[in-house]
Parts: sequence; C-alpha cells; structure tokens
Amino acid sequence: MTQKIDTDMVKHVARLVRLGISEEEAQKFSGQFSSIIGYFNMLNEVNTEMVPPASDITNNTNVLREDVAKPSMSREEFLKNAPQSERGYVKVPTVLSDE
Amino acid sequence: MRLTDLTIRETHELLITKKISSVELTQATLQRAHEIDPQIKSYVTITDDLALEQARQADERIAKGENVTPLTGIPFAMKDCISTRGVRTTCSSKILEEYIPQYNATVTNKLADAGAVLIGKTNMDEFGMGSSCENSAFFNTHNPWDLDHVPGGSSGGSAAAMSASLCSFSLGEDTGGSVRMPAGFCNVTGIKPTYGRVSRYGLISLVSSFDCIGPMTRDVYDCATVLETIAGHDEHDSTTFNSPVPQYNQNLNKSIKGMTIGIPKEYFVSGMEAGVESSIQEAIRTYEKLGMTVREISLPNTKYALPVYYLLLFAEASSNLARMDGTRFGLSVSENAKDVIDIYLQTRHEGFGDEVKRRIMLGAYALSAGYYDAYYLKAQKVRTLLRRDFELALSSVDILLAPTCPTTAFKLGEKTNDPLEMYLSDIYVVATNPAGVPALALPCGFSNSMPVGMQLIGKHLDEQTLFQVGHAYQQETDWHKQLPNL
Repeated sequence: MTQKIDTDMVKHVARLVRLGISEEEAQKFSGQFSSIIGYFNMLNEVNTEMVPPASDITNNTNVLREDVAKPSMSREEFLKNAPQSERGYVKVPTVLSDE
Repeated sequence: MRLTDLTIRETHELLITKKISSVELTQATLQRAHEIDPQIKSYVTITDDLALEQARQADERIAKGENVTPLTGIPFAMKDCISTRGVRTTCSSKILEEYIPQYNATVTNKLADAGAVLIGKTNMDEFGMGSSCENSAFFNTHNPWDLDHVPGGSSGGSAAAMSASLCSFSLGEDTGGSVRMPAGFCNVTGIKPTYGRVSRYGLISLVSSFDCIGPMTRDVYDCATVLETIAGHDEHDSTTFNSPVPQYNQNLNKSIKGMTIGIPKEYFVSGMEAGVESSIQEAIRTYEKLGMTVREISLPNTKYALPVYYLLLFAEASSNLARMDGTRFGLSVSENAKDVIDIYLQTRHEGFGDEVKRRIMLGAYALSAGYYDAYYLKAQKVRTLLRRDFELALSSVDILLAPTCPTTAFKLGEKTNDPLEMYLSDIYVVATNPAGVPALALPCGFSNSMPVGMQLIGKHLDEQTLFQVGHAYQQETDWHKQLPNL
C-alpha cells in the first residue's frame, strides 16, 4: 500500500466530493496526500484478524420514540437562508444531466 | 482585580448579594472585549445588543429571586460552530460567513434558560479542522501569553477569550483535543465530556461519532458548574445518555487519598519538551503528596491513535460536509452554472479552505472502492483496540494522567506548511475521542514562560472523579490562577 496518489486520483476524489479543483491544486495535493496516506499505512502492522470494527461507543441500541407529528420550522422561515427560491421551493438549475 | 478575572462562583456571589448587576458586569466584559480583542482576535462576532438584553433579564430574575441559577447573569463566549438563532454562525468558513441559523442548539437553549449572557461567537479552525486556529478563513487568533504564538485549536478563540478574561466562561467543542489542547496552551481549565453526555443538536458536525461540546473555565469548580447545566438527555440527539446528571460540585471536596493514578508509559517518549515533562512530573509528585498511589500502565495501541483518528475524521467529515452545497443555505456560487453540479463544484471550491479540501478528499479516498477495507474498515477495527486499551487500563486504576501536548504553544506560521507535522501536535489528545472516554485539562506549570497543560482521563460517564481529582490539585497549586499580562 505505498502507492503514490497521482493528480488523476486527486481529480477523481475531488469529483467524488463535488469539489472544483485546478491543475495547480491537484499537483499540490498529490504530494501532500502521498505523505499523509504513507504515514497512515502504519495501521497495516496491527493484527486485527479477530477484532470487530467499532460502530457505536455509547452501547445504546435501537433508540426509539413515539412517532408523533409536531410543529416544525415554517416553510418561510426555512427558505430565508436559501440562495434562490420560487413558490415555496428551493430553486436550482437542471438536476438531470449527462453525468 | 478586574471583574472579568473572577471565577463564576465569585461573580455569582457578587450578583446575588447585589454588589454588582449583570448589566454592569456585561458592560465591563464588552468594554474589555472591544479594547483587548483587537490584539487577540478571539471573537468572530460580538453580540453587544443581545448580551445587554440578556443581562437586563438576568438582573430582573435576580431582583425577583426567581429561577436564579449559578449561571444567571454570567457572560460567556461560544465557539462559532454552535448554532445561535438570529446570530451568524460561521464555523470560521467562507461557506457559512453570512449564515444565520433559524434555530438554537440545545446547549444554547440550556444556557439561555439558565440566564447566562452571550458575549459573542469565537474563532476556530475552519469546521474544527486544525490545531492552531490558523485554518480560520477570517484571521488568526493570538495566544494571550505571547501574541506571536498560536492559541491552539480548534477551539482557539474560546480558549484565548477565557484566558484573556474576555468572558467568564466559554464553550468549546472537542473532536480530537480541540478543547484540551488550546486549554493547555492558554492556561485554562477545560473538559471533553464522555461522548453522549452533552447534546450535539445544533452543533455543526465535524465527526458525528467523536464530537463533544465542553466548557472552558478559570477552574474545576466552574467547569463542573457549566457541565452540569449543559449535560443531559435530549430527544433531538439519540446518542445522548438517559442517565441523570450528577450534582458534581456537591462531592468535589471528597478525599482522593488512596485512589490510584495511572501514568501511560507510551505518552512519555522522546520529543517531549523538557519543561513540559518536568511540569508533568511535578504534578505527579503533588498527587503522591495528596495520598494517591501512582502506577505506570500501558496503552499499547497509542501510536495508532493518530492514524485511526484522522482516517475516521476524514471519512465522516467528507460525508458531513456534503450538506455545504450552495443550494439551501450559505455561500452559493452559481455564475454560468449549467446544472446543479456546477453550483456544487464552484461553491465548494470557493467556500472551503485548503485544509477542509484536503480532508474531504482524503475521506472520499479512504471510503472509495478498493481502499475502504484497507483504510476505513481497518481504522474502525483498530478503534476497537484503542477503546479496549482504555477499558483495561481504567479497570486497574481510577484515573490516567498525561500531558495535553508534547510542547507549549508554538509560533504562528511554524507548522502551516506541513499538514502532517500539524497533525502530530494532536498526538496526546486524539485517542480519547475514538474511545469516547472523558478527559479534563488543567494548567500545571510553565515552560519558557508559556503555559503547560495536563489531562486527567476517566471512565465513561465518570466526570465526577475527574472533577474531584482535578479540584484537589487546584487546592494545592495556583497555576490556574495565573493570568496573562494584557
């Protein structure tokens, strides 16, 4: 697991997290990522064959409550923070495209 | 002695005996904040009008003698990742620079109900990602003990405001040391409670399975007072515990004689600043004098805590920060956007700083096909081992003692060019969060004129013992009473 993280990989993960990225930035991050991930590879030394992955640390299970409708934030209030809205909805450009 | 230098307990006494009013105290605090903070830069927003209104209401409560709590009329500062209705909450990020929440966090409501007075919102590393406050998108915060040094991070503004007496207490948030490390750098007392002890509702999430809101105060007594007020079950956060919150201060003076303190040998390795090590050794001797038994113990997986912590942080943060997409709130960059994806790409490119970009990309990497087993799943397995380390160690001793950082506060700019070097400054504080255990940070000396911090680590939900042992130390020493010259 000592693979270098090249600029193509950086651009790939940037795309996965919907982050615009310039060629220059991809170069910079590529070097930094390789050293950070290289450091993390020390986890390979640990034998975890019989070890279950952690999931919850509170030991709570199935926290349930009654399904009761309660008043919540009004639509007007919610839309105060929306950059664009129309007729009570958040407005965005085309959602379905080639991607 | 300035009013703003007093503890909550001392201030409360003055308020209820009507020697001062909350309005006077609040005006004094605001005045000091406006005078001193231009050098420190701990506040992102100062809420003058709201503070004076809350102070007037507190004075009415005190005059009528109704609903007076230990925090009624007490001015406080809050890290800018905790939601405040009508007051902008930025996470020190461009993407939330103009964001004004429509609702309060549960802790905001609890403090308002108790009658506390909000002075302002404090600077932080963007979204809590950093160890020096230098990742704030707005400005650097300076350490009140030496303005050329960092206050620590990510709750650097809350620690610096407390240290510089610009509030009577503050709230920070600790995902992997973000309360304790800056508390140590700035000579204040602070606690990372047990995960699930304090509601996260309205806290803008960094790592949902690590995040803990915790108070920063002048001493342990005050810390217990604030934690008691903000802790407890919340129907809006299903990870909060149902168990009752103890009245911590009632048992604060109980003897610690005969208790056992464990010293994790893995925390005392080369690379520690000499003055930090000698301060910690001195604190251990103080506890021996107080009748505690000291024993060396082992937390064998300590060296893996940092990679486990960061890998899980990257993964959870990359998914938590997906909501910052420029469509429903916050910054939106939509020029020439062909489709909604373009809004996401542009908004996040312009709105996030480099550290946030690094971490969410590395998170996507650790979670992506082909790497999930090697990084994310592996880290969750080693996390189980970290948790077992603490359980085993704390089954044979009452409490653990360790430094909060291998060095005192470093200089501004010293580590900003090397992200990995910056991550390494968290080495003593990250292990507790994946394990969920509570830890109390206390001032314990000075090295080259800068404060040294230590932490006491306890069993799940046993903040009581932490406070008791911390309080005993503060009865013997006066490090916590030292204030910077400003």
